[in-house]
Amino acid sequence: MSLSGRFSRFRAQSFSDKAFDIVNYTLLALIAFLVLYPLYFIVIASFSDPVAINNGQVTLWVKGFNTDGYRKIFENTKIWRSYANTIGYTVVGTMINLALTMMLAYPLSRKNYCLRKPILFMAMFTMYFSGGMIPTFLWMSDLHLYNTRAVLVLLPAINVFNLIIAMNYIKNSIPEELYEAASLDGYGHIQYFTKIVLPLSQTIEIVLILYYGVAHWNEFMNGLIYIRDEALYPLQLTLRAILLQNQASSLGDVDSMMEQQKAAELIKYGLIIVSSLPVMVIYPFVQKHFSKGVMLGSIKG
Amino acid sequence: MKALQKNDKPMLLRTRKAFIRDWQLMVLCILPVAYFIIFHYVPMYGVQIAFKDFRAIDGIWGSPWCGFKHFRRFFTSPQFWPLLKNTLGLSFLQLAIGFPIPIILAIMLNQAKSYKFKRFVQSVVYCPHFISIVVLTSMLYIFLSPRNGIVNTVIQALGGDPIFFLGEAKYFKLTFVISGVWQNAGWSAIIYIAALAGISPDLYEAAAVDGANKWQRIWHIDIPGILPTIVMMFILEVGKVMNLGMQKAYLMQNAQNLAASEIISTYIYKVGLINAQYSYSAAINLFNNLVNIFLLVSCNALAKRVTKNSLW
Repeated sequence: MSLSGRFSRFRAQSFSDKAFDIVNYTLLALIAFLVLYPLYFIVIASFSDPVAINNGQVTLWVKGFNTDGYRKIFENTKIWRSYANTIGYTVVGTMINLALTMMLAYPLSRKNYCLRKPILFMAMFTMYFSGGMIPTFLWMSDLHLYNTRAVLVLLPAINVFNLIIAMNYIKNSIPEELYEAASLDGYGHIQYFTKIVLPLSQTIEIVLILYYGVAHWNEFMNGLIYIRDEALYPLQLTLRAILLQNQASSLGDVDSMMEQQKAAELIKYGLIIVSSLPVMVIYPFVQKHFSKGVMLGSIKG
Repeated sequence: MKALQKNDKPMLLRTRKAFIRDWQLMVLCILPVAYFIIFHYVPMYGVQIAFKDFRAIDGIWGSPWCGFKHFRRFFTSPQFWPLLKNTLGLSFLQLAIGFPIPIILAIMLNQAKSYKFKRFVQSVVYCPHFISIVVLTSMLYIFLSPRNGIVNTVIQALGGDPIFFLGEAKYFKLTFVISGVWQNAGWSAIIYIAALAGISPDLYEAAAVDGANKWQRIWHIDIPGILPTIVMMFILEVGKVMNLGMQKAYLMQNAQNLAASEIISTYIYKVGLINAQYSYSAAINLFNNLVNIFLLVSCNALAKRVTKNSLW
């Protein structure tokens, strides 16, 4: 619609509708600003002089440009070790997630599978009731999984919400006739699953990779409960030690509390950026897929 | 006897037929089902330590039974009422503020007719959802700092006194809920946006012919149109009441705000894993889960009766 067309339509609206639109657009713009500004501030603060930030001089643009904070982060081996750990947990964990979720989603998507109902119930029941932290913790210790990398990738291996999204997707988007045709060619379920269902479900696989990947990247609680050894720390535990606890040991050779705090002050903004970077970099490209996941999940199964 | 055998045979045959037909599906299920058993159902069976006196040498299965001792201890402990009050207070504030805002946001976005503007706002408001809880909490310390945080700078500019939001118990709940809105309102709005997109355009045209203004269209078409979704999301939200934001509450806790920020789920963690009172902690956890299921089931039943919408 041309601009003048739009304008004349606007004029044709009643006064109350016009007022509504003006208020609505203004509020939405304000909301966008309130969400965006804190993120923007972290970015400019990460390149600014900590003294200027402390005095409240950094508001709209970088002040006293420097990259000391980033340099300090790159020099800190503890940060990099936990960064590498988290990359490992994310890659391996997401692969396990994807494999197990799809392996279960396909059988559950078949309406006449004789074990469909009991298995689906078994999975859904865990959404509402769980053994809780302590029984799980004691059992993991019995299995010798305490303080191992394995526990971080195995414990969250299937998320039931994601399972249901995948199940609904396969059920609704892959036509039953395909299975009939494939079975005439002598395909069994396993062959049909690997040769036809998996390649045709790329949309949902991307959504699953994103959801599971972000969850692994941001995972904090399982690390807190199960990891004692600093060499195995996921990124979020190191972040907490530096950003929230100002922990002396996390920053290496710094002596006094004051020095300690100054160092933390210097790197905290940069650290937020560096730690959120992978998620934020892929975000604009995959935003559509992210929201698709929610919509797929909302289809009642 | 004869009749029984007669009935047995087709049953066995049916099972065999089903097995021949479905065995490959069963093979696919083996690993995932093993996962659920090992990582979810064994711990569920391990809940029995809530009724036992846990001893490390005997393990979960061998420790002696002690009945409801740990539950009685929790109900009569001085922490019980403050914990319950904090947990429910936080959850209800979350429901009162955190639940309606995504709905309002979705309706506002639905009313914005400029496609580009709408896309831009959507991309922006979904974004904070992907920030980790640790980063979010440290951002709270940065922006709410009483010395140089932006929020307090604004408060001072308006003539108020700086407030240490994270260091006073009375501000904890509001800070928790509002920061949650900042992080998740956009993301939670997606499902309502999808529901709004599914409303038939005929309804709007008919309303326009009748001369309904935007308010009336929202009130009489949009809201009834997404009501089933709202009810469903509300039940799900109630299902989280007792387990709300454990990680965030734990990270936001400090000595000054502990009076308001200690909720049942953080207490379970501290008692269980920091103080190693395994059985006591498991008992509190079980109580918490049972209250949660009770709330979920009754909310579902109520919704079924009143609105004919429900989860199951």
